[in-house]
Amino acid sequence: MEKVGKYMFFLGCTIPYRVTSYEISARKVLQRLGVDLVEMPEFNCCGLPLEPLSHELTLILSARNLAVAEREGLDILTLCPGCFGTLKKTNKALREDKSLKEEINGCLKEVGLEFKGSVNVKHISQFLIEDIGLDRIKKSVIKPLRGLRVAEHSGCHLSRPRKYLEFEDPENPKALKTLIEATGAKYVEYMDETECCGATIAGIDDKISLSLVREKLSHIKSAGAEALITMCPSCHIMYDANQIRVERMFKETYGIPVLHYTQLLGLAMGMPPEELGLDELRVNPSKIMKYVMEIKPRL
Amino acid sequence: MSENESTKPSKINPRFRYEVAKMPGGEKLLQCFQCGTCTSDCPIARFNEKYRPRTIIHMAQIGLKDKILDSEFLWLCASCFTCTDRCPQGVEVANVIRILKNMAAEEGHIPQLFRELLSNLLKTGYVYEIPESRIRRRETLGLPPLPKGDSESILKTIQDLKMARVLNSE
Ligand code: SF4
Ligand code: SF4
Repeated sequence: MEKVGKYMFFLGCTIPYRVTSYEISARKVLQRLGVDLVEMPEFNCCGLPLEPLSHELTLILSARNLAVAEREGLDILTLCPGCFGTLKKTNKALREDKSLKEEINGCLKEVGLEFKGSVNVKHISQFLIEDIGLDRIKKSVIKPLRGLRVAEHSGCHLSRPRKYLEFEDPENPKALKTLIEATGAKYVEYMDETECCGATIAGIDDKISLSLVREKLSHIKSAGAEALITMCPSCHIMYDANQIRVERMFKETYGIPVLHYTQLLGLAMGMPPEELGLDELRVNPSKIMKYVMEIKPRL
Repeated sequence: MSENESTKPSKINPRFRYEVAKMPGGEKLLQCFQCGTCTSDCPIARFNEKYRPRTIIHMAQIGLKDKILDSEFLWLCASCFTCTDRCPQGVEVANVIRILKNMAAEEGHIPQLFRELLSNLLKTGYVYEIPESRIRRRETLGLPPLPKGDSESILKTIQDLKMARVLNSE
């Protein structure tokens, strides 16, 4: 496939810490689509997890990453909506407020960096739709997942707050649904689709966050979806790894496999499950894999 | 918060609302007319009867500074921004709550979880301590080495923050 350009690949902290399957599958899929990923030459957390302590700290941390990408002259591509939102918000705030920019640049000067505001930040969902294009994605599908019924959870930080992110309608997010349809699978709607996964307060109040997970899973189960598709590492942890905790805590069974969109797309591209990190998932996805294995590739 | 504490009359700081309103994201605090949309749509409020974003906004408006900054409920906000997107008055509720958390943190009220994240950041650039085994496994999985964080240079960029001083002085 023809190349579509170079991007600074921003992994964030959560993915290397706990969600390798997302990274494995995203790299595979993006490579197949002709995207050239450049690793960050230096990195620090985007700052989102520490924003409750200091907004300024978050601004500095994200501006630093933006300045590194600017030095390399590359736009940033993220897998995590949290990193996306934080980098994008800082980019916007510093571009619009000269005195804030000067203040933050005063901190960055200490380490020889400068924020100018010359690069853009995109989450992989927006990137797939706007830069790769649905046509090209559909063309890359050799095993259309017809008949597979999946639910989706886009996650709050991809679109909220609307005023700052200007990407999707947070009350009716469409990107992930459109991307699911491009694989041939069908998305099923369920109650309270845009409800938060609770990841940000896991570790502060597990009971509340697991109650939110339970509610989501039960809505998905009633809708008859065979899997849940996510595009956020934190939402994925909540629904995959923590599904087992929810089942134990509430003495219920769900057994809903949770796949990253990049895994779903990879399967539709005909890639073998083991190359997409499906063996890393906590909820066994064997039913889906069996279904995909039976689809004859169109060549 | 114990029963006794919550029934004790609290000190009012009439300047407090202006302090909050001058921070980025807090500008619309005074516009709140207490409709309750934020609380009724808040996922956390559904599972915890002590957590009420409308009440937090009201407390900030009337100046119950100490009561808010000492509270534990403040830290329950999941920052999902649902309230912010739905407030009919344009109050950035989640950002006001974040401003309040930042003020609490500057006074030294920092939940353990955040202390750990910050200490990891300062050590490695990542907020989580990524186990050695995971880093080694990347190679077997055919993944490139993780980008390096430079703790010395991170420290240099944030040394003037109030936050860094609070932690250093402890
Ligand atoms: S939704 Fe807005 S106006 Fe209504 S109570 Fe909440 S902050 Fe106030
Ligand atoms: S941002 Fe916080 S207060 Fe607002 S709806 Fe979400 S959890 Fe509730």
